[in-house]
Amino acid sequence: MNVFRFMLQNRGQVLELTFEHLRLVGFSTLFAMLIGIPLGIAIAHRPKFNRPVLATANIIQTIPSLALFGFLLPVPWLGERSDRLAILALTLYALLPIIRNTYTGIRGVDPAVVEAGRGMGLTESQLLFQVELPLAVSVILSGVRVAVVISVGLATIAAAIGAGGLGEFIFRGLAMVDDRVILAGAIPAAILALVADFGVGWLERRLQPR
Amino acid sequence: MEPALSNPAIEFRDVAYRVAETQVLCGFNLQVQSGETLVLLGRSGSGKTTSLKLVNRLLSPTSGDVRVKGVSNREADVIRLRRSMGYVIQDVGLFPHFTVERNIGLVPKTEGWSDDRIRARVQELLQTVGLAADTASRYPHQLSGGQRQRVGVARALAADPEILLMDEPFGALDPLTRDELQREFLLLQQRLHKTVVFVTHDLREALRLGTRIALMEAGRLVTVLSPVEFLRSTQALAAAYVRAFGGGLESAANRGTS
Repeated sequence: MNVFRFMLQNRGQVLELTFEHLRLVGFSTLFAMLIGIPLGIAIAHRPKFNRPVLATANIIQTIPSLALFGFLLPVPWLGERSDRLAILALTLYALLPIIRNTYTGIRGVDPAVVEAGRGMGLTESQLLFQVELPLAVSVILSGVRVAVVISVGLATIAAAIGAGGLGEFIFRGLAMVDDRVILAGAIPAAILALVADFGVGWLERRLQPR
Repeated sequence: MEPALSNPAIEFRDVAYRVAETQVLCGFNLQVQSGETLVLLGRSGSGKTTSLKLVNRLLSPTSGDVRVKGVSNREADVIRLRRSMGYVIQDVGLFPHFTVERNIGLVPKTEGWSDDRIRARVQELLQTVGLAADTASRYPHQLSGGQRQRVGVARALAADPEILLMDEPFGALDPLTRDELQREFLLLQQRLHKTVVFVTHDLREALRLGTRIALMEAGRLVTVLSPVEFLRSTQALAAAYVRAFGGGLESAANRGTS
C-alpha cells in the first residue's frame, strides 16, 4: 500500500494539515452556530422574517465555493490572511443547515406545550431556555451535523487560496499527478467527516428529549 | 341582566375582541363571583376560549376591560397575573422532557420555593388529584390520558392560585375517565372553593359542574343561568341545547349552591 507508506513517511505533515483542517472547520462551525441558532430562533418567533432569511442563506449555499473564495480575496482585512477568509466562507456555507434546523426544531415544539407554559406565567426567556430549546435540541444538532460534514469537505478547497488544511495534499497531488498524495489528503478528510458525523450524532441522541 | 356584584373575582366590562375583520367577541359583560364555578357553554367559535384567554392575557381585548380582583389586566404585570391563576387546557401541554414532579413544581420553582417544599407540595398535590406517589418520577409519555390530565390539574394548583381557568380539560378523555374526573373535580371544589372559569361545549358537563352557566353564541353572551334555571329556561338557544342533549339531564344538574 503505497498511500499508507507515503502517509507514514510524511506523518508530521499529515498531522499538521489535519489540525489546520480541524481548526478551519471548528471555528467556522462555532461561528455559524453563534449566528445561525439565534437567527433561527428569531425567525421561528417572527415568521414574517423567515422567508427573506432562509432565502438569503439558500442563495449563499448556491455560490460555488471556489468563486466565493475568489470574491472574498480582495476584501482588505480578510485578504491579508487566507485562513480568516476560509473561515468566513465556511461559516457562510454552514449557516443554512443550522438556521433551517433551528427554525424547524423550534416550530416543531407542540403548540399546546408552549401555550401551557405561557399561560402558567413563564417569561419568554424561561419558555425559550426551559421548554423550546431543550425540545428542539436534537433537531438543531442534526443541522449542526450536516454543517460539519459539509465543512470538512469544503475546507479542502480552502487550500486553493492558501488557507492550508488537507486540501494542500489534494491540490499538490493533482499538480503532481500522484494519486498517493491526493489520497493522503482525501483519506484523513473522509475520516474526519465520519468521526464528526458520528460524534455529533451521538450527542444528538444523548440530548434527545424523551 | 344579573345584579352587579360588589367585588367580583373576574369582571368583563364591555369587552370586544377582533382579529383582522372577524369579530370574535362583542359587547361582552360578565362577572365571576369568588368561589363559584362559572361555565362558559357554547359551540365551537362562540368565543368561549377567547374569553378565557382574555382573563390570563394570552389575548388582549380590542376594546373594553377585563378586571381580575378589581385590577384592570392592562395595568397588571402579566407574568404575576398568570402565576396567580391555574391554567388547564384540553391538550394538557405537559412538558414532555420533564418528569411529573418537575412539571408540577415548575411555577413554585420559578417563584423560588426550596426543593424540599416543592417536593412536599408535589406529593400533596398528587394525592389531591388521586395519583400514586411514585408518579412523581415518571415522564408524561408513560402516563395514560386521564393521568396526564390529573397532572395538568395538579400543575395548575401548584402555587395555590385563587383562580383556575379550565379550557375543555376533560374533552379528550373517554367517557368513563371523564365521569371520574368530573366527580373528583366536584369533590375538590367543595374543599378548595377556587374561583373557576370552565369552558365546555357539553351541556351535561356544564350542568354537573357549574354554579352558573354562561351561554355564548357567535361572540355574544346570550344568558347566564344556574343549572336548574337552565333546564327550565324558555330562552330559545338554551331550550335548543336541552332538547339536543335529550333526557336524563335533571339528575345531572348541580344544586350545590344555588
